[in-house]
Amino acid sequence: MEVTTEKRSQDVEKSAYPRISSDLTPVNFGPSHPTMHGALRVMLGLDGETIVEAIPEIGYLHRCFEKMSEHRTYHQVIPFSDRLNYASPGMNNVGYAMAVEKLLGIEIPKRAQYIRVLLCELSRISDHCLCLGPQLVDLGALTVYWYLFQVREKMYDLIEPLCGARMMTSYTRIGGVAEDIPDGWIDRAREMIKTSKPLLEDVQGLLNKNRIFIDRTRWIGAISPEDAISYGFTGPCLRAAGVPYDVRKAYPYYDYDRFEFDIPLGDNGDTFDRYMVRMKEMYQSIRIVEQVLENLPDGPIMIDDPKLTLPPKENVYNEIEGLIHHFKIIIDGIRPPAGEVYSYTEAANGELGFYIVSDGSGQPYRIKVRPPCYAVYQAYGELIKGHLIADAVAILSSMNIVAGELDR
Amino acid sequence: MSDIEQSLREKFAEDVMAVSDFRGDLAITVRRERIADVGAFLLSPEGGAFAMMLDICGVDYLGREPRFEVVYHLMSLETKERVRIKAQVSEGDPTVPTVTHLWKAANWFEREVYDLFGITFSGHPDLRRILTHDEFVGHALRKDYPLDGRQELSRPTPFAEE
Amino acid sequence: MVLEYIIMIVKALVAPIAVVCCVPIEVWLERRGSGFIQDRPGPNRIPIFGRRNAGLIQPVADVVKLFLKEDIIPANVNRTLFLLAPFLVVFVAFTTFAVIPYGDVLEIGGMTIPLQVADVNFGLLYIFALASFSVYGVLLAGWSSNNKYSLMGGLRCSAQMISYEIAMGLSVIGILMVFETLRLNEIARAQGNLLFGFLPAWGVVLQPLGFILFLVAAFAETNRTPFDLPEADSEIVAGYHLEYSSIKFAMFFMAEYMAMVVASGVIVTLFFGGWQIPWLPTATLVAAVGPIVTALLQIAAFAAKLFFFLWFFVWVRWTVPRFRYDQLMGLGWKVMLPLALLNIFVTGIILLLIG
Repeated sequence: MEVTTEKRSQDVEKSAYPRISSDLTPVNFGPSHPTMHGALRVMLGLDGETIVEAIPEIGYLHRCFEKMSEHRTYHQVIPFSDRLNYASPGMNNVGYAMAVEKLLGIEIPKRAQYIRVLLCELSRISDHCLCLGPQLVDLGALTVYWYLFQVREKMYDLIEPLCGARMMTSYTRIGGVAEDIPDGWIDRAREMIKTSKPLLEDVQGLLNKNRIFIDRTRWIGAISPEDAISYGFTGPCLRAAGVPYDVRKAYPYYDYDRFEFDIPLGDNGDTFDRYMVRMKEMYQSIRIVEQVLENLPDGPIMIDDPKLTLPPKENVYNEIEGLIHHFKIIIDGIRPPAGEVYSYTEAANGELGFYIVSDGSGQPYRIKVRPPCYAVYQAYGELIKGHLIADAVAILSSMNIVAGELDR
Repeated sequence: MSDIEQSLREKFAEDVMAVSDFRGDLAITVRRERIADVGAFLLSPEGGAFAMMLDICGVDYLGREPRFEVVYHLMSLETKERVRIKAQVSEGDPTVPTVTHLWKAANWFEREVYDLFGITFSGHPDLRRILTHDEFVGHALRKDYPLDGRQELSRPTPFAEE
Repeated sequence: MVLEYIIMIVKALVAPIAVVCCVPIEVWLERRGSGFIQDRPGPNRIPIFGRRNAGLIQPVADVVKLFLKEDIIPANVNRTLFLLAPFLVVFVAFTTFAVIPYGDVLEIGGMTIPLQVADVNFGLLYIFALASFSVYGVLLAGWSSNNKYSLMGGLRCSAQMISYEIAMGLSVIGILMVFETLRLNEIARAQGNLLFGFLPAWGVVLQPLGFILFLVAAFAETNRTPFDLPEADSEIVAGYHLEYSSIKFAMFFMAEYMAMVVASGVIVTLFFGGWQIPWLPTATLVAAVGPIVTALLQIAAFAAKLFFFLWFFVWVRWTVPRFRYDQLMGLGWKVMLPLALLNIFVTGIILLLIG
């Protein structure tokens, strides 16, 4: 496609763009700003320090995930999915793999399901730590950041031997998971989970009754349940507004209905409630992890289907069948039937949906990610109006906007 | 026949064009002109109170007529039912009525469809590009847009009135 | 006569140098202290002859780094004011310490040497006058940078400092009423008396409310967390020193830490007996160990108290979150000001009653 300069100038309709009125102080908040986690930009119109107009703008981290996925095999998309919400890549892997498995109409072995739950809940804890830590730094409380990052580090210490990488896990395969749990990992996990709790207690001890913290967060960025639903909020932001919706409870997948856990709820949907919901959710995740470790079933970690799973290496080297399957899966990829599915999981900041359209070939015809923070961030411009700059910062970080997922 | 399909067929008899149920996902294709009416009905209590607009996306079926599809994913928080509503859009007249007045969430999702597929939503309050920049030519997720079609942004957009 | 001048010059040099030397120690204290609080080592490298010295050399390395950085002056700044601002800030920080006594009057060889640079009869007023002056440096820095964030930082800073100066000024009126002098050395000396025969008559005992108010106001005056709004990096990036680099940034940085030293010095002098060692008046000490050792002991006592408060500044900074601008103003005008007035009122009544 040729793009000439003449064509370019015709296409630009800059008059249609909203502007900050001239009687306000225009301030460019981001994309290079210490609190714009990722690369977000908000154009603010200030009256003193009060925000009167706010125009959020996204797209600074657009990496064409969906376009690229259309030119890759189903397996090759898994590493891309790491880069969506880079705070909890394991959950994106699980969400994507689940969508393809739904398209194929297969169910993965129990052990693989439980390992995926483990990965999800560990990622959820680390994601919440990464949300709350910088949120509290933005409020000027740097110490709790380090406590939370110790918890996050513990989670990474578990994810690393499990997946082989700290961040870019690429752990799931279509039909299971890449590797089984290494030896001694379970004991280590129990230990890490146990030592995480005192750190979370420390954070709460410093903040939960701290008058400055409460004054900074109570009724700041509050959203009513009706508005939250209309904006398509999911996850902690919706639950902070008091709506008890969690995919893990509403549409249980992977035996989530057999684990005991609660859904923490907030009352006002404000920044304080979002903090509290995330904090309590970490305890619930710890509960789930403990139950998974207790009840981890034995068995295979991949389904047994030569059309979907790579054969063991010795078969590839020694048997013609193994070699052919290996070749076909690498070159052509797996071939799901033509059709379209929408699969959803509860990621750390809401419902992570994957809409996959298949035309029966080895490459997805269309993948649409439904990033939870895309819906959440829409409300940001409305929520910060009338607040001060300091509140805008507190609200943004309490929403847990991950630019990688937002812009894809 | 599911309840949603039945009530939709009763209410919009000639506008329901196709219904499919693949892997438990109910998908109903309706005539694109009626998409806002269908949305309003589904949002109302008798239609199932589908209060949550989870996703709007476009799909480009190049070589098929009509070429595009706009796909809406809805969920009801009361019944926990989910439904996918689809509208087929031709290349010659890529216009769909907006649903931003029904769900606030639709605003940015429709902007994204407009940005990446070039489908316009009539009545949308602020229809402009969202993921690509404002000098971008073409629509990136169309099947005839090249994979390596990078475009540079030459100058910033002024954001304050003079 | 010549000797007196020499002593004068030595004192005038030693005091600011001592304050400047406190800065790297304070920076080290802050960084290691925050490391201790946050469960991490903090800077512990920069070995000298193979010894790491617990990272004590780190602040020196920081200063060297800052000196060697490129000094950038942005294109659209008001050059004169942009260059002037850091000097104003540092000037205030250097000169304020002059009136703070760090020992009793040393009587040696027939000479009386007050252990402070200038024993003036308006000492406390001098400190307040200079502290208000530092607002100009910050405001000019924010305004001349031609940056909205800087301007906001400068405005926040000037509003904050002026508001809290009122509470600060009123909170020490009680002290003035009790000790009936503005001379800091006399205030310190008066705190050597004993109450009821055993309790040192420190300002904090006589004026507990005044002390708390003064402490809070001192935090606000030095722009430390929870009052670090002028440079709140998460909100207005770095506030008034956003556009400064290299040595000019170092001057702001240094001034902030020197302001802390001065604030601690004033707190110690007004409320914690200054150079007084509890239950050991100067006369007793001189009789026991001689004048020079007495002076050294008193300087050590002063330094110990000073460093306790420097650590207190660090401690608070890494414990609490930051206020919001309007909350800060509300605290200053609606809480601290009435309380300070109440303190004066109550002090006046008590003084009237006990005659």
